Amino acid sequence: MAAGRDRAAADRKPGDRTERARRRTNARTLQGNLNFMETDWIWGLVGGMLIGTGGAVYLLGNGRIMGASGIIGGLVDGSGWTTAWERIAFLIGVVVMPLILWPLYNVGIDTHMTKDVWVIVTAGLLVGVGTRIANGCTSGHGVCGISRLSLRGIVATVFYILAGGLMLVLFRHVLEVV
Amino acid sequence: MRILLSLLAGSLFGGGLFVSGMTDTTKVQGWLDVFGNWDPTLAFVMGGAIIPMFFAWRLTEGRKPLVGGAFPDLPRPELDHRLITGSVLFGMGWGLAGLCPGPAVASLTYNGVEGLLFMAAMLTGMGVAPVIGRNLDRIATTA
Repeated sequence: MAAGRDRAAADRKPGDRTERARRRTNARTLQGNLNFMETDWIWGLVGGMLIGTGGAVYLLGNGRIMGASGIIGGLVDGSGWTTAWERIAFLIGVVVMPLILWPLYNVGIDTHMTKDVWVIVTAGLLVGVGTRIANGCTSGHGVCGISRLSLRGIVATVFYILAGGLMLVLFRHVLEVV
Repeated sequence: MRILLSLLAGSLFGGGLFVSGMTDTTKVQGWLDVFGNWDPTLAFVMGGAIIPMFFAWRLTEGRKPLVGGAFPDLPRPELDHRLITGSVLFGMGWGLAGLCPGPAVASLTYNGVEGLLFMAAMLTGMGVAPVIGRNLDRIATTA
């Protein structure tokens, strides 16, 4: 019975009609309501508010834009060494906080990270080079830029989302490697 | 004071990334993958993050940061070739791995060897970016 269900799950294609029907049924049942998947958007909203509050503290407190790529990049290329401690303190907070929250979160965390070394290295290089040339990533351009109604932030966000979406079309649906 | 505020901001940022599920690469790729099993979570995270930041920007008007100094100005010109090229390159990497710089740091302790390898590649990319940027500027001026 369980094995049959697993096979059914493996056969299910993303966006499949039966998959959508299953989600609809789940949403109507008690089990569905307790299902972690159905509350993802609430956690997303709560987490988002925390991210935005962090950005507000960094801006109103230190007068800086909270951009992850800028904070890290400034330490890598030397352009931010005069404010190194401020950057390091920020990064310590980013690394340590998930470890503090971990015990409160009784759901197993899986990052579903790809195991393909070439994909990881290529993606890492692209993210590193791209964010520094564009002078911002999802946090700097996305969160801080859009909330300021900055044309730069909005245009950057449109371009990186389009580029990311096209990569998934190409590498997931056409070449099927990610 | 600066250091403490940075630590607080970083903790909120890291906690938010963890709680929102943004360190799970399937959620990020699920958002980008419009033709697959589309996952709208990232839109809620972005929306949730923009709300406090929107009010924060309003509060900067006519004020100074808590620790002194000045609030950052908008760079001019607003749009240039670097912004577009860089964002396209970043988006390509983001789509491939489902990680951007923030979540890459937040998940460092629980993303295995793969997470460390991604971090190493990203830092290398950041190191060579100034050189690539200068070459792009040269191409842009001659074109």
